[in-house]
Amino acid sequence: MDMAQAQGTQRPETAPDPALALRGISVRFGGLTALDDVSLQVPEGGTVGIIGPNGAGKTTLFNVICGFVRPDAGTISWEGRELRPRPHRLVRLGIARTLQGIGLFPGLTVLENVMAGAGDRKKIGFGSSLIALPRSDRAERELRGTAMARLDEFKIAEYAGRKPDDLPYPVRKKVALARALVAQPRLLLLDEPAGGLGSDDIEELAALIRSLPRRRGGGATVMLVEHHMDLVMEVCQQVVVLDFGRVIATGTPEQIKDDPAVAEAYLGSAATEGDQPRDGAADGGPA
Amino acid sequence: MSRSTLLRHLVVTVACGVLLFGLTYALDPFRDYQLATAAAYLCATAGLTLLAGQSGQLSLGQGALMAVGGYTVALVQNQFGAHNVTTQWALLGSLVAAICVASVAGAVIGVAAARLRGPYLAGLTLVVAVAVPSIGTLWHSLLHGDQGLSVYLLPAPASLGETFPLERWQAWLAVIAALLTMLALGNLSSGRFGRTMRAVRDDEIAAKLAGINVAGTQVTAFVVSAACAGLGGGMLAVLAQSVSPGAYAFTLSLNLLLAVVVGGLGSLTGAVWGSVLLVLLPWLADDLTNSLIHSPAAQQRLAGNLSLAIFGLLLVIVMIAAPGGIQGLLNRAGRRVRGRRERVAAYRAEPSAPDAQPHAPAASRTSIPNP
Repeated sequence: MDMAQAQGTQRPETAPDPALALRGISVRFGGLTALDDVSLQVPEGGTVGIIGPNGAGKTTLFNVICGFVRPDAGTISWEGRELRPRPHRLVRLGIARTLQGIGLFPGLTVLENVMAGAGDRKKIGFGSSLIALPRSDRAERELRGTAMARLDEFKIAEYAGRKPDDLPYPVRKKVALARALVAQPRLLLLDEPAGGLGSDDIEELAALIRSLPRRRGGGATVMLVEHHMDLVMEVCQQVVVLDFGRVIATGTPEQIKDDPAVAEAYLGSAATEGDQPRDGAADGGPA
Repeated sequence: MSRSTLLRHLVVTVACGVLLFGLTYALDPFRDYQLATAAAYLCATAGLTLLAGQSGQLSLGQGALMAVGGYTVALVQNQFGAHNVTTQWALLGSLVAAICVASVAGAVIGVAAARLRGPYLAGLTLVVAVAVPSIGTLWHSLLHGDQGLSVYLLPAPASLGETFPLERWQAWLAVIAALLTMLALGNLSSGRFGRTMRAVRDDEIAAKLAGINVAGTQVTAFVVSAACAGLGGGMLAVLAQSVSPGAYAFTLSLNLLLAVVVGGLGSLTGAVWGSVLLVLLPWLADDLTNSLIHSPAAQQRLAGNLSLAIFGLLLVIVMIAAPGGIQGLLNRAGRRVRGRRERVAAYRAEPSAPDAQPHAPAASRTSIPNP
């Protein structure tokens, strides 16, 4: 499968079955263009990394996919259907995201945090929880079991009853990941998963991310924004490089490493006018 | 511990009911009336502690929602009176009407509230608290302005005996209302809805990404607390057998909030302590002034005011010494007694109602998040 992926990524247009596809996404905040005609495809079961210098628009791209930012132009499709994302409906569509930093609920225990990640998937009516009908009890027990299994999987079950603020940073990161996974998403968006982690923890994280597409009970396609280049090169089959809101390179980690445009974007260069031909395309879409 | 939440909560509710039933016989009519008043307050404070402590929405307008309930009961009861309805069940109809009307009012405020945060929400509800009582003056022909309405109330059922005090009957009614409120709110806050509310309170963005409808949850919480306030206000009307703007003045809203914070924000048991204090403090303060100060003029000046001062002082002390309120202190003491290991073991087996267990919903933190 990995080989098929690697071949597919060379010409993304011919990739067999993109789970998520962005076409011509542009976002402007006032006069600032945060994303400019960004198109990319995430193949099903693949792991795609988004990299780029600070302010390149990586997190904005995630915010567009999640519906926090409405694009001025462009379309998103998810599993073959057009996606008009609204944040609280994503879980139902099979998309989960972790936040930069942590974003755990400080007033909930670790277990409750993970349980909360399932959202409304198992619909328990307001009425039946008002009188605590047995079936709302049963659904809660089931959910607690699923959440506990995630904690066990990440070897953090011992913290189940603790509040997240009391815990070491790497544990909190794992809790956030467990919360994102509890709803069994088919697409997982990881926003700087390695941020603030030590090298041992990053090793563990890399192994975990690599295992995500092959998880039992439904693997997940992964998209991650990350500054930690070693992690990206290690886990991603395809890397998209953003700079000033534009895609300046797409390819396998090896291709990206050798791409002069990428080195330029990161290290700076006099030749900043090099990508002028793309300007015309950016204004093409309807606002 | 039973695996069924309903069964567990029902056992506690029935046990409290039996205890309080016995208590009403042990108390004289004046004490029964105090018990009834505390129970009526509890309906409202329990709803408010859920709203402010668990869903993170601060409301200064619960007194106004109680007024809505109170006036609804008055109007419906008086219609029953005018048509010579003599069944006790009619009161149930009035109270249900009070709950419904207050819920609708709560939904309207809640929809606006879901767009507002922190001090702005407090401001909006403050306006509601100040404005609603003056509606009584606006529709003078129907609501009789500052004078208010008297509430038609049947005497205690004849089967209880001719000498059965009305106050004891009122205490029964109010205690039943309070217990049902506590049961429903206990179920809600220990289940998925409670977790959802607390998630929304803690981090709205993360809550959205977890699939939670943030605005929907906030409005629902507001409606639930409004329904409770409506029931509490209706019950107060039944107790006083009258309603007037003065009975539901802005100080009532403030007192409810004080009671909730002193009792322990977000904790239903804390709401019990708060409601009891709301009734006991004014009475104790009056007793104190009467025994310490012999000048009638000074007594008159202090009457009613001393309790407010004590309540304010208590609030300051609680905020400094025990931000989790009375229930927070009790939880801490309980935890120390039970010890750590047992808690962890019990937790993995079956976490139960958020009030009783170590993972009390942020009772120990200041629970109104400031976005």
